[in-house]
Amino acid sequence: MATDAYVLDPAKRSRLLTALYIAQEQEGYLTPEALKRVAERLDVPEAEVYSTASFYTLFRTEPVGQYVIQVCTGLSCYLVGGAERLVDYLEQKLGVKPGETTPDGLFTLQTVQCLASCGTAPAMRVNDELYENLTAEKVDVLIDQLKVRAERWAALNRS
Amino acid sequence: MGSFEPILTRNVGVPNSEHIAVYLKRGGYTALRKALKMPPDELTAIVKDSGLRGRGGAGFPAGLKWGFMPKEPVTKYVCVNTDEGEPGTFKDRLLVEHDPHSIVEGVIIASYAVGAHRAFVYIRGEFFLGVKRWIKAIEEAYAHGFLGKDILDSGFDLDLSVHRGAGAYICGEETALINSLEGKRGEPRMKPPYPAQIGLWNEPTLVHNVETLANVPHIVNNGADWYRSIGTERSTGPKLFCVSGHVRRPGNYEVPLGTPLRTIIEEHAGGMRGDRPLKAVIPGGASTPMLTPEHLDIPMDFESLVEVGSMLGTGAVVVIEEGTCMVEVARRLMDFFAHESCGQCTPCRMGTRRLKEVLTRIVKGKGKPDDLDLLETISAGIFGHTLCPMGDAAVNPVLSSLKHFRDEYEHHIQYKRCKEA
Ligand SMILES: Cc1cc2nc3c(=O)[nH]c(=O)nc-3n(C[C@H](O)[C@H](O)[C@H](O)COP(=O)(O)O)c2cc1C
Ligand code: SF4
Ligand code: FES
Repeated sequence: MATDAYVLDPAKRSRLLTALYIAQEQEGYLTPEALKRVAERLDVPEAEVYSTASFYTLFRTEPVGQYVIQVCTGLSCYLVGGAERLVDYLEQKLGVKPGETTPDGLFTLQTVQCLASCGTAPAMRVNDELYENLTAEKVDVLIDQLKVRAERWAALNRS
Repeated sequence: MGSFEPILTRNVGVPNSEHIAVYLKRGGYTALRKALKMPPDELTAIVKDSGLRGRGGAGFPAGLKWGFMPKEPVTKYVCVNTDEGEPGTFKDRLLVEHDPHSIVEGVIIASYAVGAHRAFVYIRGEFFLGVKRWIKAIEEAYAHGFLGKDILDSGFDLDLSVHRGAGAYICGEETALINSLEGKRGEPRMKPPYPAQIGLWNEPTLVHNVETLANVPHIVNNGADWYRSIGTERSTGPKLFCVSGHVRRPGNYEVPLGTPLRTIIEEHAGGMRGDRPLKAVIPGGASTPMLTPEHLDIPMDFESLVEVGSMLGTGAVVVIEEGTCMVEVARRLMDFFAHESCGQCTPCRMGTRRLKEVLTRIVKGKGKPDDLDLLETISAGIFGHTLCPMGDAAVNPVLSSLKHFRDEYEHHIQYKRCKEA
């Protein structure tokens, strides 16, 4: 049942998740070309690379915005009145529903399960950064900061 | 209470506690020096004697598990489970971010005891700061000669590296974790064989939770008798309880096992956040059946919770006040299980989805008269019919909320709205 590659070089196959992370960094998501490259480099059949990538929610095979906002909708965040309000608030503020990306390509809104920040609920992640004890005011400040940061990057890239 | 000095969290709050210099200054790595001078079997005997039980949810005796590893000098592995994803749980993240060296020290001692020369940290993909703290701590440990070849001139070699998961709760289950480490889909394997027999790359593998390993240096330093003096007879040692929900001071509280639930909620977490009285408590994370105020005086240890029909689980105490819709609580937990089912077994994959559908319908006031029977029938179809314990875990929120709050469910169905609204 095991693929040849696995039998021949288990260590190589075990680098698959790491390779997928690196591949994803280039375009922000796993392009078909990237998946193919990973498959070739690690000697793992392409179908299996795809099947493995699709198992993990942090791997994406569709483009996403520059900032991926993941709001926790877990029980503890819900109990302190955060989860719903936070999702609603961001939906209104950004004009997108969970799973969607803003037309300017800046923000993708997602809902996720428990982020292990239940003691500092409500919580969310933006790309790899964790934000806790959130309020509408904190979200406003954060979104503004991210917009400014994105503009500066764009300006730098133009110059 | 009062007299108990934190053990596992003793360094939390100390400035720069994650740095090796601070850890060393506070007595770090003395247990490792001591351990490397002892015969490995003696270490296993001490851990067995201490009564230490796994803190990852199942409470299996750690020393016994070490003893299951073959004695022969074959290739063996040790894995540190940092996948913490059970809703309500946030203790391992605290230890990794604030005291990573206590876990590094624990894993080196455990590896030496079972004769493993290669160890892996498997960390949840979302824990970005945790990944950084782990990597830094391991680099520091190598630089100080605590990892690598001939550790502290003992002749013992050990390599430790960090592997990042990518967003799948089920990878916290030890055999799923092993598959994920191998670069595969994180689907649980059939047990037996247990990892101690056939684990990572089919070699004997010891998997431990972060908090379990953090106990090890203290046991080595202070002895089994000292450890057994903390907690109860069969649930020994300190435990981190993660308190969240409707309390005044949510957070991690370290107390001896056997501390009454009331003490944890009222004294440590400051009691209820407002005027509303307590309605329900989930004592050990999403997978554990909920309790009601009549259980407040129960000692928080492995045995006492089983006696009242629940489990200690991860020690994640979710406190719920009056006025909360318990059907919505159950629906939210089911949303989690339905989302995280790995899909290998039909009862778990389909059953959790069906339960979520029915619960959603009831919450929305569209429940049908026989929906409660349906919930029970679907649950019975899942319970005991799945490959890994997640199937059983998934039905706990439904069955326990039905048991304690059946009237709420009935009200929802009959009046098409929430009794608590
Ligand atoms: C669905 C499921 C999820 C689990 N998630 C975790 C986890 O995130 N962290 C953990 O340490 N153990 C988790 N476990 C328990 C592990 O399978 C295993 O028992 C544990 O890592 C052993 O370590 P311990 O003996 O130190 O507790 C999970 C078990 C199941 C069934
Ligand atoms: S019980 Fe659920 S999570 Fe566990 S193996 Fe089966 S489908 Fe996967
Ligand atoms: S429920 Fe939101 S972080 Fe745990």
